[in-house]
Amino acid sequence: MPDYTLRIRRYNPESGEAAYWEDHTVQMKSHSSVLEAILEVKAKQDGSIGIRCSCRAAICGSCGVRINGKPGLACNTHLQTAAARGAEGTPITVEPMGNMPVIRDLIVDMDAVHWKKIRRVTPWLINKEPIPEREYIVPHENMVDVTQSMACIQCGACVSDCLSMEVDPGFIGPAALAKAYRFVGDPRDAEHYERLKDLSEDEHGIYDCTHCFNCIDACPKGVAPMSQIMRLRRVAGSDFEIEDRNNGHRHERAFVKNIKRNGLLHEADLLPDSYGGKLHPRAVPELMQSLPTVMKAVARGKVTPAKALLHEHKAPPEVKQIFKTIEARPKREELNLYVSGYEDAEDNLDVAHVPHTDEPTPLAPTYPVPEPPTESESE
Amino acid sequence: MKVAYWPGCVSRGFTPELHGSMAKVAPLLDLELVELDRASCCGAGVIAEHNQELADTLNARTFALAQQTDGELMMNICSTCQGAQSECQERLDANTEYREHVNSTLGSEGLRYERGLMNKNFLWLLVEEIGLDTLRSKVKRPLTNLRVGPFYGCYIVRPADRLGVDAEHPRDRYLHMVIDALGGTVIDYAGVYKCCGFPIVTMNKQASLTMAGRHLGDAIDAEADCLVVPCPLCHLNLDLQQPAAQKVVARELGMPVLHLPQLVGLALGLEPKELGMGKHVVRPTAVIDWTASVVAAAA
Repeated sequence: MPDYTLRIRRYNPESGEAAYWEDHTVQMKSHSSVLEAILEVKAKQDGSIGIRCSCRAAICGSCGVRINGKPGLACNTHLQTAAARGAEGTPITVEPMGNMPVIRDLIVDMDAVHWKKIRRVTPWLINKEPIPEREYIVPHENMVDVTQSMACIQCGACVSDCLSMEVDPGFIGPAALAKAYRFVGDPRDAEHYERLKDLSEDEHGIYDCTHCFNCIDACPKGVAPMSQIMRLRRVAGSDFEIEDRNNGHRHERAFVKNIKRNGLLHEADLLPDSYGGKLHPRAVPELMQSLPTVMKAVARGKVTPAKALLHEHKAPPEVKQIFKTIEARPKREELNLYVSGYEDAEDNLDVAHVPHTDEPTPLAPTYPVPEPPTESESE
Repeated sequence: MKVAYWPGCVSRGFTPELHGSMAKVAPLLDLELVELDRASCCGAGVIAEHNQELADTLNARTFALAQQTDGELMMNICSTCQGAQSECQERLDANTEYREHVNSTLGSEGLRYERGLMNKNFLWLLVEEIGLDTLRSKVKRPLTNLRVGPFYGCYIVRPADRLGVDAEHPRDRYLHMVIDALGGTVIDYAGVYKCCGFPIVTMNKQASLTMAGRHLGDAIDAEADCLVVPCPLCHLNLDLQQPAAQKVVARELGMPVLHLPQLVGLALGLEPKELGMGKHVVRPTAVIDWTASVVAAAA
């Protein structure tokens, strides 16, 4: 059995001493989990290491930690996978999750952050009245959609690495917003509008997500919290037209209008339009504040006054037509890959580019599909 | 190599030096750029959060226009375009019925998107198509002693599955590899894979500029001479907004931020001025002593 060295972050706030790293080497099978290695160290070398765990099967969500810089469950991360993330021969670092205060060693205070935020989003179903005598009948598609956020095991891995929370601890955050979508996407819930209005009026609400995708990669259960946040935005903005406190919906509308008109983004209009137009009382202080930045851009020749004021580029009529066609649809259309799944894509995905079918494909498709058959190279 | 070239909006808007430097660098790398000048904005994730079908259709149109050229693949110079387009392409490629539905909207223009387009950011193209050995052989002025901090941002590395980051294609190390191939010194600092804050600059300026300011400060603490970015939106928050970020984090910054083609161009022998470095708010020429760090080393 190979040797693995764990470099564990130790911290005991009662000691009055700063946090420090401690190395422990254990002999384990390469497919053993990081949690098993920590427990081995705890049993045989140092019983004082603080770690929270229970099921050891990626169900209870207790053992969230950061392993070689990435958040996840210690119980479903193999030692060899963890070791492969670092340079060869370097120890596997194990540290507590981020964005939450450390209680001791690898144990963070989930109550202070994670659970507080979960409670913030009214995490229960508010029944539509009247309650039917028998079961609710819900379309299969709707139910599969919300199962994605129901798969959350409250481990806090997404909270740990949320880059908006890192600078703005007030942000409701990925786990709680995914939970919010679990009810907004549920046809049995009576208060979709009220929930979204509430989340839009919070100054740390749905428009504070910075699209960093960290939560999607962090989640051990495939919840894709950021995708749920985008769903919340679509329902709040496009379906209910809720104006939020942070200008998110106005910005989105201004952006869409900008592209419809210009085809390409005309940045000089986007900022004022996001605040309701150049002369809107809300826009004036913002524009004044941005003036030094704009002046700098002009001084450096990044932008000329003519480029800022005139619309050099106009959207081709074909682009305008796309907007017209789609905006005229009676209902917004959306493909949810979690519901529809991925088609068997063995037939032609190795064709890199249509005019060049004889070109060898230098790279596999960028999403999980079965390996293309090798004989297709000779096409 | 001939590629269908999608420069995006911002490289022709507020960061014209990106579009300009790519045009200068391409011939030195034997790259022929067929610019997609009729294509529209990728939506930057914002159109998708308004109406997903609209974003998918606009990008399917761009893909179809790329497939009409005789380029071997499509190349972009903006991570945000890469991320937003990869997301749309994932849906279009995964479901025939949906793709046909989107194609029916494009039909009136005689366009059609066929599954399987290859769309690569310039960074990926450099490593996977041109190759680091070829790149190394073209270096005229190695970036010796230049301490460069890679700033990947978000859209080009996450989610890892969708963006094809795996053991065979360590795309989350490519900036490191390119800096090294150009003769520079890679500086690791806390912000390498973090968000520049640009997407929330109109919604939460304080949070947005705190992100930018912290990463710049961390790079200064790690003694980087400059950062390099594959995304013009990161450039806007890290360079154009740097004076404002400085105020938010209450710290003097002054960290130059280079676009990827500028860094490559410099090593391939182009002058800072032809690469538009005078257009930056934090002028690299004012901060970096090129004569000591780069030019002298080449002599």
